[in-house]
Amino acid sequence: MFSTVRERVGEVLLPGDEFSFEAEEKISLTAPVKSEKVVCGPGLRRCGDRLVVFKSGVLRHKEPNVFWIDSQQRRYVPAKGESIIGIVTAKSGDVFKVDFGGSEQASLSYLTFEGATKRNRPNVQVGDLVFAQFLIANKDMEPELVCIDSSGRANGMGVFGAGGLLFRVSLGLVRRLLAPHSDIRSDLEQLFPCELVVGMNGRIWVKSATVQQTLIIANLLQSAETMTAQQRQQLFRKVQQGAF
Amino acid sequence: MKDTPLSNCERDFLLKAIEEKKRLDGRQTYDYRKIKISFGTDYGCCFVDLGQTRVMAQVSCELVAPKENRPNEGIMFFNIELSPMASPGFEQGRQSELSVKLNRQLERCLRNSKCIDTESLCVVSGEKVWQIRVDVHTLNNDGNLMDAASIAAITALCHFRRPDVSTQGQEVTVYSPEERDPIPLSIYHMPISVSFAFFQQGTYLLVDPCEREERVMDGLLVIAMNKHREICSIQSSGGIMLLKEQVMRCSKIAGVKVSEITELINEALLNDRKARKAGGKCGFAESMPQERITALKKDETPVEMTDVTETANGIIQKGEAAPQTYPELNYKLGYKACKKWDTVLWHSFKWPAGGDVVEISDSEEEEVVILNPEVPEKPK
Repeated sequence: MFSTVRERVGEVLLPGDEFSFEAEEKISLTAPVKSEKVVCGPGLRRCGDRLVVFKSGVLRHKEPNVFWIDSQQRRYVPAKGESIIGIVTAKSGDVFKVDFGGSEQASLSYLTFEGATKRNRPNVQVGDLVFAQFLIANKDMEPELVCIDSSGRANGMGVFGAGGLLFRVSLGLVRRLLAPHSDIRSDLEQLFPCELVVGMNGRIWVKSATVQQTLIIANLLQSAETMTAQQRQQLFRKVQQGAF
Repeated sequence: MKDTPLSNCERDFLLKAIEEKKRLDGRQTYDYRKIKISFGTDYGCCFVDLGQTRVMAQVSCELVAPKENRPNEGIMFFNIELSPMASPGFEQGRQSELSVKLNRQLERCLRNSKCIDTESLCVVSGEKVWQIRVDVHTLNNDGNLMDAASIAAITALCHFRRPDVSTQGQEVTVYSPEERDPIPLSIYHMPISVSFAFFQQGTYLLVDPCEREERVMDGLLVIAMNKHREICSIQSSGGIMLLKEQVMRCSKIAGVKVSEITELINEALLNDRKARKAGGKCGFAESMPQERITALKKDETPVEMTDVTETANGIIQKGEAAPQTYPELNYKLGYKACKKWDTVLWHSFKWPAGGDVVEISDSEEEEVVILNPEVPEKPK
């Protein structure tokens, strides 16, 4: 089954497609057989002895045995460990309520900021932007956010945002921006210097030297979603020559 | 559901950008977004796109008894529905403040300006008159619902045709569209509303605010005018103090915008009339541009290539007649009939009996050659 799944890496799959063990697969009696383990990522699920696709998209593979479906959506579903951009909506006692675009609001305790103690409260107002990661995110409990990592350091998280622009894009574009050697990011680097915060819930915050440049970058990223690499590079080059 | 809250940094950035005379989508201060008007298959159904804001208006009519104090006049009824499809903040069934405001403004703009001749809607005085009902549904809210709704309502009214009636004494005969052509309403003028958003206590003004700009605005001035520069209604909300020069300037700008929009509406109505007369397909499905996702389109067809020559020779020997050509197979892909086969993924078919392989090429030729006439292919 491993080989059948491997064959279809890079293909478009639809919900309902399945990979099953074929009875004719011969197991050699002489050569040592290693038990194959296939790790299913998002979009794949195990049903009995079959692997079923339940989201439409492209099948991707990472060595040695991880498979997942790259699908497109705009609605964010929280997952543990992902860092997002949230907007503080309420302060109630020791806890901030943060909206991140999901079905309910997440809670963020004031003690989970770097250097915060009961006496030394962090300076967070309603309406501020926070960059935080999920500590608890499942469908049975209220999601919880923290602004420190496991060693107690902020590591870039916390309140931010004076002077920039926040806008929404699809989740696929955000993943493409955060990929290790991202094309879009390297194209963007050649334009003009800017500060970029990318949240996995589809929100991007950008700040550049002037208001005009910030607006240009925001519009470019929003339109880069549906362009091929070539069209995008052409557009970026045009903007560079326009030299705003 | 609650709307996404507006963060402080967005508000600051928007106000700063407005001070520098920059808008989020690159428009100028007095620019409208792109307006697109399309019609449905029935008379009186109109869709208006103002940038990303989308509304639909539907006009219908019914014979009812007239009001007591106006026995000679027909009745006009307006209704704007804010559906949850338009924005997460809208709730179904609940009369929010915005919905009351929009309804009141639309009524004032269309009813009080007497743009429709209500006396021509009378059939039997005191007994039967036409009641014209305009329903506007909001499909997507990206700001400035009022302008989009007013354009949609007046366009739908201009597009609408009511059934023909004849009276003989007390008897009233209503003819169906097949018996006699339906007749249009008599419309004197087309009032259109133009919205101005004010920021920083009236210092800066923007025409046609988008949703983000609406959230940070201080006040809103809505002027309804027709192309003869007659003001049908003015409403100012938000409690800002406006100088009279500002109001005069806004009314001049509104005059220019209204004449542009009226021209656009007339052009759209004319195109629709021509299309219907020519008998062409019209309606919502036709007006949508065919949008295709081509980034993931597969260009090659996987074709079973093992022992092709033997099977090909065998097929040619078996078949006596020349292969049949099926020109221009018309079939429905989803909701639209199209002549060419594209954006389709074909896999090679392997028939278990006999092991014959049928190859179908993915090229854009219009003639299809089916090599195996005994096994008819049913493309899905």
